[in-house]
Amino acid sequence: MTDPDSAPWEYVPAPESAGLAGLASEYRLFVDGTFSAGSGEKTTSVNPATTEELATVAGTANSDMDRAVEAASGAFRDRWGGLDGSARAKYLFRLARLLQERGRELAVLESLDTGKPVRQAREFDLPNAAAYFLHHAGWADKLDYAGFGPDPAPFGVVGQVLPWNFPLLTLAQQVAPALACGNTVVVKPAETTPLSALVFAELCQQADLPPGVVNILTGGAHTGEKLLSHPGVAKPAFVGSTEVGRRIRHRLAGTGRTPVLTLGGSGTNIVFADAPVEQAVQGVVDGAFFNQGHVRGAGSRVLVEESVAEEFVERVCERTATLRVGDPLDRNTDVGAVNSAAELDRITRLVETGEAEGARRWSSPHPLPERGYFLAPTVFSEVHQSMRLAREEVFGPVLSVLTFRIPEEAVTKANNTPHGLAAGVWSEKGSRTLWTANRLRTGVVWGNTFHRFDPTAPFGGERESGSDRVGGRAGLEAYLDV
Amino acid sequence: MAHSPSRTRGSAAPARLPAELAEAARGGRALEGFLRGLPGIDAVGLEQRAAALGARGVGKNAKPRAIDTAIGMVDLTTLEGADTPGKVRALAAKARHPDPGHSATPRVAALCVYPDLVAEAVAALGEVPVGVASVATAFPSGRSCSRAKLAEVELAVDAGADEVDMVIDRGAFLSGRYGEVFDEIREVRSACGGAHLKVILETGELGTYDNVQRASWLALLAGADFVKTSTGKVSPAATLPVTHVLLRTVREWYDRTGQWRGVKPAGGIRTTKDALRYLVAVREVAGPEWLTPRLFRFGASGLLNDLLMQRRTQLDGHYGGPDHVAVDL
Amino acid sequence: MSDAEQPSNGRGRVTVPRTRKLYIGGSFPRSESGRVRPVRDAHGEFLANAALASRKDLREAVVAARKGFESWSGATAHGRGQVLFRVAEMLEARRGQFATEVADAEGLSLRAAADSVETAVDRVFWYAGWTDKIGALFGSVNQVSGPYTCHSVPEPVGVVGVVAPRESALLGLVSVLAPVLAAGNSAVVLASPDRPLPAVTLCEVLATSDLPAGVANVLTGDPGELAPWLASHEDVDALDPSGAEESLRARLEDAAAETVKRVLDVPVREPDWNEPPTPKRLRTFTDLKTVWHPLGR
Repeated sequence: MTDPDSAPWEYVPAPESAGLAGLASEYRLFVDGTFSAGSGEKTTSVNPATTEELATVAGTANSDMDRAVEAASGAFRDRWGGLDGSARAKYLFRLARLLQERGRELAVLESLDTGKPVRQAREFDLPNAAAYFLHHAGWADKLDYAGFGPDPAPFGVVGQVLPWNFPLLTLAQQVAPALACGNTVVVKPAETTPLSALVFAELCQQADLPPGVVNILTGGAHTGEKLLSHPGVAKPAFVGSTEVGRRIRHRLAGTGRTPVLTLGGSGTNIVFADAPVEQAVQGVVDGAFFNQGHVRGAGSRVLVEESVAEEFVERVCERTATLRVGDPLDRNTDVGAVNSAAELDRITRLVETGEAEGARRWSSPHPLPERGYFLAPTVFSEVHQSMRLAREEVFGPVLSVLTFRIPEEAVTKANNTPHGLAAGVWSEKGSRTLWTANRLRTGVVWGNTFHRFDPTAPFGGERESGSDRVGGRAGLEAYLDV
Repeated sequence: MAHSPSRTRGSAAPARLPAELAEAARGGRALEGFLRGLPGIDAVGLEQRAAALGARGVGKNAKPRAIDTAIGMVDLTTLEGADTPGKVRALAAKARHPDPGHSATPRVAALCVYPDLVAEAVAALGEVPVGVASVATAFPSGRSCSRAKLAEVELAVDAGADEVDMVIDRGAFLSGRYGEVFDEIREVRSACGGAHLKVILETGELGTYDNVQRASWLALLAGADFVKTSTGKVSPAATLPVTHVLLRTVREWYDRTGQWRGVKPAGGIRTTKDALRYLVAVREVAGPEWLTPRLFRFGASGLLNDLLMQRRTQLDGHYGGPDHVAVDL
Repeated sequence: MSDAEQPSNGRGRVTVPRTRKLYIGGSFPRSESGRVRPVRDAHGEFLANAALASRKDLREAVVAARKGFESWSGATAHGRGQVLFRVAEMLEARRGQFATEVADAEGLSLRAAADSVETAVDRVFWYAGWTDKIGALFGSVNQVSGPYTCHSVPEPVGVVGVVAPRESALLGLVSVLAPVLAAGNSAVVLASPDRPLPAVTLCEVLATSDLPAGVANVLTGDPGELAPWLASHEDVDALDPSGAEESLRARLEDAAAETVKRVLDVPVREPDWNEPPTPKRLRTFTDLKTVWHPLGR
């Protein structure tokens, strides 16, 4: 036994080897079943935790995009569109298995490219990505029973533009149902996080997926918008911010094509005085800081019943201070790096605005690495409905605390936003939780829990969060022409 | 219950409370723990029972007696900015002889006015055995300093009020400062001297039945003689389910302490039919012992006239008209 | 001009004309602008003056619809069904009047118009029966991995803006309005610009069918003028552009883009409303809400 008065032991870093990612020096476009250099300008992908360059990434020129759409169109016409549902099911199953088999490698790669903690990539992103493929493998030959009438038809070529917060998981959430429904896809991952999608292309090859069924391009917002309005794309799909979603809708107005939109919006946790307080504290902290707060529907706002607010905020800060911030490859890390310099800059400005607006700021004293895009988890109290902090989507490791007096007020405040994605309700009273859930204008409500996702459970928003769903029977509608 | 309530004036000393209530009645953390530890109320179940009991009829033969009971429970109220001595004297005349055509009509329990008009009410009632109740403590919002609130209580009591209807500080209650609310009731209690203390919870602002229950216990622990639902200035005012919660609380208070405490729903009770529904609730939720003006009151202005009209209908055998009873203007 | 609307009949009796007004928040106001526009039958004969709604009327209608939504969405599905069944009853009872109006408006024979009215009654009846089955149709219990119970329920989207079909004055109108109401939404409807009279009469049916005030609001006038304002209104949650002409479609979609508003995917050409409907409109005008809760001892 050691002397209890001696200094306590410290966590030893438990780093995952970056070598596991099998990082290549160059990543290429995937068109019609083969990798190609692309005629666009090359870019580099950066590790946000170190600001070091990870690899060179091929660029997409107009000709590449035309080729990809043509390949997808040909594949739909000649190979995939006429394929039996059960055959599609088996291809999806193969992709699910390959994702499981190469899970560790992809998790490390995802962590390097996004800055997210490797433990989370291993335990959340990868298993879920595989689960979406597995779930939809089961749908491919059962679409007659999905509730859209007999033999529902696919659109044809789907163009998908994906975000940087969950590159591989959002790919799975969009690509799996699109393929299950009989479409072919042209996918453009986010500019800052293209690597896992391009490795997914290898999986498509290994699965022997017919060429052209999945095509992967690279590029920024400009390329994305071009893809979504490409005349050869029958169904455009966008996952990302409301601002961009709006722009896409304007652009597609009058073309007869309605985009699938899964957009943003901060989530709200509502904590009643009778909440299971320990679990509520944990849920609120996880809700706000999971994936550095880079989550659509992150619990960036918490509404606490005024009679318990003061103590609750103290406990939230106390718990937040125990989050380990730093090297994403360290398996003990809870909060990794913010995804890019631009994002760090945006969030930092919002934090400054919060202070200027008079909210009270507390930031975790946890030391931050010297290099990389890090931001200490931050809790603002004394936030009010009229402040930008409460109204804008934060999309970073910042939690705002507001209070309410009675349930009606909590509901009114939670609904007082043009978004409507997700909310959490914390109470030991079933009737109160369900009453509140009923009145919240959000697509998802978590009672006494937060950030639960499952391929069987439709996930998506209302109003300016975009109203399409991923997962479950409802999620198929986006990719069926019904 | 073996015995019946004899008197309610003046509150029992906390020393006579059973241990767990005595502990809570010390205020502070103990009070908070007690209040937070109260069992929850299921809103749907409560509302269903209130609706079911509300559908229960009093029965033709019992109706005249029930109407007379209800009349005797009315706190005839005027709480308007435009109140004048003249208006108060008019109400006092009505309290004295509610229905001059039927001299056996029972008198109301009390006249309820603002503190500055208490003297007028006392003078106008003279020796008539009708109480004078006064609202106080910055009614209806309760938003002022303690000093101002206590001054109002003194004004009312010095002018001869028999009963004081105070409002709680809902702001303090909702932000969890139960001790403050408790202390304030305590202070008012002692400023009341011998006057009877009714504590208005303003249930329409409390948001949940759980809060209503909590506020009821808080008021009783602090020495209230009555718990009262509302000021009548906030919607919703009294409702049957909320009154159930109050009735259940005074009943449990009696079971645990042997002390009788009363309930007063106020606001929104306008018809005889409404009043009889409340009497059914009193009988079923608290018990028949509560069917007395000493333990149950109606805070209402328009209700008395409807009761009088129905009473005439029962006696005269034809339907009454509003011009046959005096308007309260 | 129909018999009922003749200024004088064969016996020389002078008939009492009816002023056609808007239907907003359960009442029948004139347009605040004071504007009217003559309505003619299929042969160009004058029938009546109909109110020409203004942007301000539209704004009022959206305010009324938001209020109406609160009570309508809070009602039980069973209760909504009862009200819609009542609408069908009232339509049935006024079949004759509607047949005359539809014949005038659409230039049909009285027989053909009567058929169309009967289909319209049946359409409302069909949707009325859906109100308490939408949950079973679109909802789900989700078999999630983990100690949770998880279900998804369809909920109304809110206030729906409806550009009613231009040609089918009654059948087309109820085919687009009934699903919006059956799903628990409130509606602001822009009636057919050239054939508005059956819509105005439908409002009289709605006003006497226990439909809460503001649940359905109907404006007569020029959809070309009003529809873009409806599409861009921040407090309108979804849009059904069924009756919008092709030239208007792109403008409406562009206006709706600003709030990322849901726009029902409908063909530009007006369909044959006699075709049996599917639940698609009910699905479009509901949002699916997924609720999770732990299971524990």
